[in-house]
Amino acid sequence: MADAAKMQVSDEVAIQITGMNKWYGQFHVLRDINMTVQRGERIVICGPSGSGKSTLIRCINRLEEHQQGQIIVDGTELTNDLKNIDKVRSEVGMVFQHFNLFPHLTILENLTLAPIWVRKVPKREAEETAMYFLSKVKIPEQAHKYPGQLSGGQQQRVAIARSLCMKPRIMLFDEPTSALDPEMIKEVLDTMIQLAQEGMTMICVTHEMGFAQAVANRVIFMDQGQIVEQNEPKEFFNNPKSDRTKLFLSQILGH
Amino acid sequence: MSDTHAPTVTFVRDTMLPPVLPPAGERGAIKWMRENLFSSPLNIVLTVLGVLIIWWLISASLPWWLNSVWNAESLSQCREIVAASAGEGATGACWAMIRERWHQFLFGFYPPDQWWRPILALGLLFAALIPVLFSEQKRNLTIVLVAVAVYLLVTLYLAAAPGLPFVLALVLVAGMLALAQVQPGKLIWFTLIYPALCFWLLWGGSIWAPIVAMAGFAVLYLVFRLAAPLIGLAPAAGAGLVAAVLWWLYLEAPVAGGLQSAIPVALQSINSDQFGGFLLAFVIGVTGIIFSLPIGILLALGRQSDMLIVKSLSVGFIEFIRGVPLITLLFTASLLLQYFLPPGTNFDIILRVIILVTFFAAAYLAEVIRGGLAALPRGQYEAADALGLDYWRAQRLIILPQALKISIPAIVSTFIGLFKDTTLVAFVGLMDPLKGVTQIVRADIDWKGIYWEPYIFVGFIFFLICFGMSRYSMYLERKLKTDHR
Amino acid sequence: MALATDVPKDGFRLSMLIYDTRYRSYTIQVVVLVLFAMAVAWLLNNTAQNLAARGKEFNFGFLWQRAGYDIGQQLIPYSNDSNHFRALLVGLLNTLAVAFWGCILATVVGVVVGVLRLSNNWLISRLMTVYVEAFRNVPVLLWILLSYVILSETTPQPRDFKVTDEMVAAGTEPAASMILFDTVAVTNRGTNIPAPLFDRGLGTLDLGFMTLNLTFWAVVVVILGSIFVNRRLLASARAKQEATGDRPVTWWKSILILFAPVIALLVALGFHLEIPALKGFNFQGGILVAHSFTALLIALALYTAAFIAEIVRAGIQAISRGQSEAAFALGLRPNRTMSLIILPQALRVIIPPLISQYLNLTKNTSLGIAVSYLDLRGTLGGITLNQTGRELECMLLMMLIYLTLSLIISVVMNMYNKSVQLKAR
Repeated sequence: MADAAKMQVSDEVAIQITGMNKWYGQFHVLRDINMTVQRGERIVICGPSGSGKSTLIRCINRLEEHQQGQIIVDGTELTNDLKNIDKVRSEVGMVFQHFNLFPHLTILENLTLAPIWVRKVPKREAEETAMYFLSKVKIPEQAHKYPGQLSGGQQQRVAIARSLCMKPRIMLFDEPTSALDPEMIKEVLDTMIQLAQEGMTMICVTHEMGFAQAVANRVIFMDQGQIVEQNEPKEFFNNPKSDRTKLFLSQILGH
Repeated sequence: MSDTHAPTVTFVRDTMLPPVLPPAGERGAIKWMRENLFSSPLNIVLTVLGVLIIWWLISASLPWWLNSVWNAESLSQCREIVAASAGEGATGACWAMIRERWHQFLFGFYPPDQWWRPILALGLLFAALIPVLFSEQKRNLTIVLVAVAVYLLVTLYLAAAPGLPFVLALVLVAGMLALAQVQPGKLIWFTLIYPALCFWLLWGGSIWAPIVAMAGFAVLYLVFRLAAPLIGLAPAAGAGLVAAVLWWLYLEAPVAGGLQSAIPVALQSINSDQFGGFLLAFVIGVTGIIFSLPIGILLALGRQSDMLIVKSLSVGFIEFIRGVPLITLLFTASLLLQYFLPPGTNFDIILRVIILVTFFAAAYLAEVIRGGLAALPRGQYEAADALGLDYWRAQRLIILPQALKISIPAIVSTFIGLFKDTTLVAFVGLMDPLKGVTQIVRADIDWKGIYWEPYIFVGFIFFLICFGMSRYSMYLERKLKTDHR
Repeated sequence: MALATDVPKDGFRLSMLIYDTRYRSYTIQVVVLVLFAMAVAWLLNNTAQNLAARGKEFNFGFLWQRAGYDIGQQLIPYSNDSNHFRALLVGLLNTLAVAFWGCILATVVGVVVGVLRLSNNWLISRLMTVYVEAFRNVPVLLWILLSYVILSETTPQPRDFKVTDEMVAAGTEPAASMILFDTVAVTNRGTNIPAPLFDRGLGTLDLGFMTLNLTFWAVVVVILGSIFVNRRLLASARAKQEATGDRPVTWWKSILILFAPVIALLVALGFHLEIPALKGFNFQGGILVAHSFTALLIALALYTAAFIAEIVRAGIQAISRGQSEAAFALGLRPNRTMSLIILPQALRVIIPPLISQYLNLTKNTSLGIAVSYLDLRGTLGGITLNQTGRELECMLLMMLIYLTLSLIISVVMNMYNKSVQLKAR
């Protein structure tokens, strides 16, 4: 497995978040988030449930709206302008906890839908791309089945391939393995590691600490809507600074 | 069992046991009867009751069916024939009435020499539906088109259709058949012109009226295409709409009139009061079904919308329509519409009824589709958003296909309800097959006092159609079940 | 928070109305509202012009004019000297009467049929399937017309019931006889049923705008009181069970509380039935129920029952076998499993569509027009409308009344739905 440090990180900024705040009604879910992601960087966000980590990455492609501060993705600022939102969404891929494949479409149709309708790619070309990515996630033989006929791990790999078909420059992973059975987690993680080695900019919300140690440049620990600590994986796991981090790590690594 | 009594705990089976049949009492008809008819005292009582009911039904009605009379001039003649053949006091069905009046149940007072027109319209309806139902599946398209051709061949011959339309109709179907082999996607054009064609076939008159009316849509499209690059999509659509309305208001009548005087092509004009029977039920039912679906979808989306005004208007419309009986809406069509429209407007009663029936069905469909929309997990909306699909594309490609599929059984039962409810048009003076035509038949001195036969006849046809529709929806539901293993 | 920078405020551009998520929805809503207002204004303007052209005005004064027509079935006193408003009330009560009895009858038949369809008795479940499919797939109008025709054309004339001296001498039976222990006579003029009479009735109380039948209300009050006391009894039984673990036996107390007081009251008031009897060429005494009512009731009840049967069946089937197995595994007995596990879940599935069937039945009572039953549509939307020529007012008022009925039923349904919704995240 490649060492994280060896993978190259460019100086170019992919995502810039400054002073971002978000509320659900009275509840302050994200508090003064500042964060810069370089192109090619792989960031793992962890933290207890309800700490706002999912909300944070959902803000990055505007599935959630932030109320204060600035989010700039690939040079496009996320404002209320629909054109900007469309632009960011076509640049940023997202993988969900519950896969969210479209059950009424075959795997191949799931993969070609957005390229055809959003990117306006010709159908044949879209299908070729789709098959390429399906073989990359190692399930080209499932192309004509329906999502319901696949196992959870296969579905999640299809979901990853579906995002990749849009040729995104940034990938967001929202707890991609937490809805999976243990024996399927590995196949999904392998796919993600492969993606990381190819230099994709990735932000993953996950509790897979092995994955974090293997590929992440940075681990961000969040609690109560704030970034509590961030560090290189080695330092983060071996020498956590904050008491909250220590407590969290002892809970998830303790058993 | 004996194996386990072996002296030691260790046990290894050396010969496998072959399967054997269950004991005699556990198989065959005896077992079936014991399980399905006589499994408990309560079941025995129920079975006996069931047999009694069936016996009573058969003994009460069998002689009546067996003594059926098919050839008679009047009810009293029927009774004489029954009395002569089966003895005094015997009962017998008088199907002679159906034999003499079947055409009124099917066509109302539509002139007999023009019957080929509704027949042709019905056949072409299926040809127009298939591009929507099967999109580009060549095999299904071919099967249905061949069936339509055979249907037309037989029925048009029976209805003694004049030669020219007969040949034209067959040429049309043959052309569609050829097109289905080459470019099945193009068949949708026939679906688009079908409404005008159907209207012209049924009501007759100059062919130019429907053509010029359809040309309004062409005007809309043309203006839209020309203006879109200049002023943007939404304003261009508005401009196209205005142009089309202007076309319909001011140019349609003179253009149609001019064309008719230049190239006169016309069918004998048929008045709405000559429509009746199942022809009327079909015209109202099918039009209502087709137009209510898009309106219902829009209303459902409106009701699910975040926009308060759109939502409240949709809710208001849906709840109002669902809160009042259909009959009051029909009376609105016949009594009140004249108050709401500009003074002097007076259009056809069938059309007015269709409009209200469409609204009625749309409100019910909206609720059904809303159920389907609500059943979809939020993740589907989010995934569509994350892929960058906009609202309408997300709805069309992701949300609606799934929501509609979930709601197929409920949508079809709404359609069945609508078709059954077409009988209510009798109360605004139209001649529906159930009350309207039956009343006319019973008013005839020859058939005064007949009641079982017309109701059984009409009820049987309704049953066939509605039961068929519900079975088809069940089949469709099973076929479309892709999200389960 | 010091670092927070707001979205840079650039100048407002017109394109932001469409492409900015903040304004987009307002733009659309304003457009929709303007279009809607224009449509309403256009309709109102047309209506005003049309009314003026016909020389009519829009007011409801006609409701207080003399109606001048008779209504066969009247649940409150009415004569042709009463005003149109009174006729409206009579019609509304007739609508409600069919709806009320129809819902009860349909529920009873529907539940029985729905349960029998699930029975493992092959013959019975098939028979019930035939019934359900036959009624669901044929217009309800057919059942109404058919029931009416059968009732009015196949039933005997009153004189067929006559027993003459010659018949007694010859030992022959009359052509027709009364049913249900000689208390009900079905003739071609209607159904004669026994009337409840009180020897020592409480009389009536005149409140000026309406009169109260004290006997009737006394019975209602006593029944409601018994139900209330019974609920208290069950509540105290439950409290005892929760406190001590023992549940006291309550069924015989319940029966006593529910039935003894009302029977005592009826005896005290001298309750008896007046059985109709043939006098001359007609039945006298008792209550004559018109065939239009009976036919409408039977047809609507049987038709709706077919739908209710399907709802009940689906509701019971929706509870997975796992639920009852889990309950049995916990050691609950079948009847407790039914009342604690299956029924609460099945009802959650059954009640909402059931209520919408009640709503349908109530609206379908307007089909009484087919058999000339004078319900709300027959009085207000029929004779009153034709006599006064007030189409707009009558139709609007009638729709409003139906709408109110529907809304009341939906409000009840929503309240129920809220109370039983599964608590889930």
